[in-house]
Amino acid sequence: MNNRISRLREQSFNAQPCISAERALLVTEFYQENEGKFSVPVLRALNFKNLCQKKTIYIGDDELIVGERGPYPKAVPTFPELTCHSLADLKVLDSRDMTRYAVADEALQAYAETVVPYWHGRSMRERVFGRVPDEWKRAYTAGTFTEFMEQRAPGHTTLDGMIYRQGMLDYKADIAASLEILDYLNDPKAADKAEELKAMDIACDAVIIFAERHAQLALKLAARESDPTRKEELERIADICRHLPARAPRDFWEALQMYWFVHLGTITELNGWDAMSPGHLDQHLHPFYEKDLAANALDRERAKELIECLWIKFNNHPAPPKVGVTALESGTYNDFTNINIGGLKTDGSNGVNEVSYIMLEAVDELHLLQPGSNVQISHKTPNRFLKAACRVIRKGYGYPSVFNADEVIMEQIRTGKTLEDAREGGCSGCIETGAFGKEAYILTGYLNVPKILELALNNGTDPLTGKTVGLQTGDPKMFKNFDALYDAFAKQLHYIVELKIKINNYIERMYAKYAPAPFLSVVIADCIANGKDYYNGGPRYNTNYIQCCGIGTVTDCLSAIKKHVFESKTVAMDELLVAIQRNFSGQDALRLRLMNKTPFFGNDDDAADTLMRRVYADLFGAIDGKPNTKGTTYHLNMLSTTCHVYFGKMLGASANGRLAGLPISDGTSPSHGADRHGPTAVINSLAKMDQVKSGGTLLNQRFLPDVLKDEDGIDKLCHLIRTYFNLNGHHIQFNIVDSATLRQAQQAPDDYRDLLVRVAGYSDYFVDLDVDHQEEIIARTQHDSI
Amino acid sequence: MAEGVIFDIKKYAIHDGPGIRTTVFFKGCPLACRWCHNPEGLSIASQRAYQQERCIGCGECIQICPREVLTRTADGIVADPAKCDLCQTCAAHCPSEAVEFVGRKVTVAEVVRQIEKDTAFYDQSGGGITLSGGEPLMQPEFLLELLEACGSLDLHRTVDTTGYADAGLLLEVAQQTDLFLYDLKLMDAAKHRDFTGVSNRLILNNLKLLSQNKARIQVRIPVLPGINSDAENINRTADFVAALPGVEHIAILPFHNSARGKYGRLGMECIASDIECPSDAHLKIIAGWLEKSGVQVKIGG
Repeated sequence: MNNRISRLREQSFNAQPCISAERALLVTEFYQENEGKFSVPVLRALNFKNLCQKKTIYIGDDELIVGERGPYPKAVPTFPELTCHSLADLKVLDSRDMTRYAVADEALQAYAETVVPYWHGRSMRERVFGRVPDEWKRAYTAGTFTEFMEQRAPGHTTLDGMIYRQGMLDYKADIAASLEILDYLNDPKAADKAEELKAMDIACDAVIIFAERHAQLALKLAARESDPTRKEELERIADICRHLPARAPRDFWEALQMYWFVHLGTITELNGWDAMSPGHLDQHLHPFYEKDLAANALDRERAKELIECLWIKFNNHPAPPKVGVTALESGTYNDFTNINIGGLKTDGSNGVNEVSYIMLEAVDELHLLQPGSNVQISHKTPNRFLKAACRVIRKGYGYPSVFNADEVIMEQIRTGKTLEDAREGGCSGCIETGAFGKEAYILTGYLNVPKILELALNNGTDPLTGKTVGLQTGDPKMFKNFDALYDAFAKQLHYIVELKIKINNYIERMYAKYAPAPFLSVVIADCIANGKDYYNGGPRYNTNYIQCCGIGTVTDCLSAIKKHVFESKTVAMDELLVAIQRNFSGQDALRLRLMNKTPFFGNDDDAADTLMRRVYADLFGAIDGKPNTKGTTYHLNMLSTTCHVYFGKMLGASANGRLAGLPISDGTSPSHGADRHGPTAVINSLAKMDQVKSGGTLLNQRFLPDVLKDEDGIDKLCHLIRTYFNLNGHHIQFNIVDSATLRQAQQAPDDYRDLLVRVAGYSDYFVDLDVDHQEEIIARTQHDSI
Repeated sequence: MAEGVIFDIKKYAIHDGPGIRTTVFFKGCPLACRWCHNPEGLSIASQRAYQQERCIGCGECIQICPREVLTRTADGIVADPAKCDLCQTCAAHCPSEAVEFVGRKVTVAEVVRQIEKDTAFYDQSGGGITLSGGEPLMQPEFLLELLEACGSLDLHRTVDTTGYADAGLLLEVAQQTDLFLYDLKLMDAAKHRDFTGVSNRLILNNLKLLSQNKARIQVRIPVLPGINSDAENINRTADFVAALPGVEHIAILPFHNSARGKYGRLGMECIASDIECPSDAHLKIIAGWLEKSGVQVKIGG
């Protein structure tokens, strides 16, 4: 990386994340003045415009891509209209050891005097919790599932290539055309659509104003600048910010800035989960790259510098901090932007181009926390590209993660997308599949599948709280055979899933009514044509996902009970339940027998893998096709992010010998230490899952650095990945770091501040993780070679 | 159907021939190299392996043993080898896997069932199976039947051998083998006898014979500082191999003493504990000597 990038990187790396109360104050002031004067969509759009007009504008030294959500890098705004932090929350954020957010006295004061008094009782979170029934609250508090929309807006949104072809003025023309044809005579929704479309139009103006203010600041800085090169750069920035985002970008630099303005717009308007992602950025940039190269207006080094400037911008934006349970389940600065590299073009041809390689180099050189990146590997993807990606993976940053582009396309075809839209799609967040730029694919929350088995083993009672959480499916001591137990589990599963969906659908209506996102709706296909908001079924496709956690753990538990209680009868059910209740205290032999003499998932052993398939089929049956409120349906997803650690804490000891409170298995990976026959056996087990029926699975593998020390090792890793994908695997990711290094990092965190590791579907700084997550990563089986 | 004695089947073997492979370890070896890193492959007999650090002292094995072989001592639970008939009941009941038996009788069909599971990996990577040990040629009937079964599945077959076997048998095996990994330890006959227990004449003659019969061969030299890493031995090896057209390359494998723990578990003495691991620089020098004679050299498997 060159000097400019090195300086910007250093600055971004070292900046302490802090809370900025600026947005909260502007929003509060705006609502005090305006609530009730406009329709909700228009009110939201005007609120957004007010922010764009008044928020502090920042242009840093050296920057080529400009714009911050907060007043300066790593200053994180809050969203009190959704979740209003209490003073106590802010003090926790300021004082906690891990992932601290500094909170200045002025911010505390602003919250105490202005923000909290106004939003108390009015925030979306409080309104949601005020209306949900007790049975939901009991299940939620017991850690049976989580609810995404209780504090952040639905998100995981990714863009297609439209913003590189048309500017906000073009979108405004589309909006005007849609308004023009509204049929007030026959369409009872026409008035609602008109309000939504007016709101979208205001939102377009808002981002144009936001850019114009950057132009003004750039000119002011240029006037003061003594260095002629920088002066010229600032003048060029001013020119770009006058042209964009009103009009489509004209060159490579402008294309990157165009994305960044749209990104900032969407994450200023609301705090949708996983920020925003640019989708197939290499493919979107490639035409600009070729054109500029031909015109001698750009060279490869400059292209890389500009890409790296954008990468640093992502890193300047830590996730808005959470409160309550979600703070426990996800303690990270990562806001989960995930950039797709490679894949296929919409015409089905190979999408890898020179910009793809430049991006891999940027990923390698910068190795910052954000943005995350992944490579999309199809049968058509050249080996050269996969190898280049594996050489970055070898460095041990935990990214890029690797996806099977062909499988990702098939998953979308299964749910009814056109082939072209599916090819334009890919993965965002951790591993979630969606049609980029055309779909609202909403993650609604995680499901603690091993907890559901625990309910079946306790006749519906949560053994940790003693409260009735599930159905009364019978005393497990009376189960005559394994199928009787399994039926009880399946009944609990259906009950819990339905309970979750009922409330999800309720909350979904609340977002559609009270927190529409007019700017996001502008840039997602068909919202304008439909006159409907992103949260209200406006996009071309609308999917709700429920993310199922712990299939490894639950399979192993079922396998242990099947074998030891019902087949070999080495332990009676009541004996096992008592041992579990006592956390195997004084029962080492029993616990070890369960751990060592049970067929476990991840060993290519059909005795366990058949049970996994049965559970997976029931998860699919319980979730897939259930209606949401937008005329479309729920689908299954199989990721856990960091929730397997939280869910483990909410779970007593389990029949696979796992002690109380320890993490459950992550994603679709085997339980820790359960896989004992190497990576090919893990992959063969995973391949028995009909993954195309999900919206994504997640497989974590840890390799010792030694396995990948030479090109031969890289070659074999490529073959391992290709084989998994030949077997229709969705995703695989690697931690290339040995346990000794991780232990050293625990001892001397200051020496390992930039040690990135793969946590779940994303990378994080190892020393920023709490000790539970650190131990969890060390506990993952590491694959050696012979 | 033939039965054989093996001590392990390892998946994702990436250093035993091309691509991703499954390696089957045959039990029993005619050599007794002092540095042997698979001591469990030396004897063809099944052996009881005990790891005291895993043992929780629950005593289930003592109770279950039909021949009252086991006693509790300060060093954990100890078996009387004179009384033990290797029935393996104790291992089947040990909850902590402190007791395991190394070496099990298997049929060709059982092994093939395991091998076949990774076919997708072989197909993608150009891999296959590697038969290693021990010395696979010590169990000719089992070996030939297994090779034939793998051949009918169109799998790439590699045999990792000491070369110390009947010449006629070796040629028969070569008919069913796509690649030999052939160990050359020492060129000096007396030293060879000293360190491995047998002369190297048969080994060298067999290598020549295989080469004449157009077998594909990769020669492997375990680099043992102080034993075979001197210029004289390496140059003699190079000259010998350079004259054999069938040899594709020589792989030099650095000695590592990771096998020490295995000796302890098997109740065997590790005589090689004073051998040093060669440095990368040392390996490069050796590679240089070998290359001078015109042979291709690879460092590592």
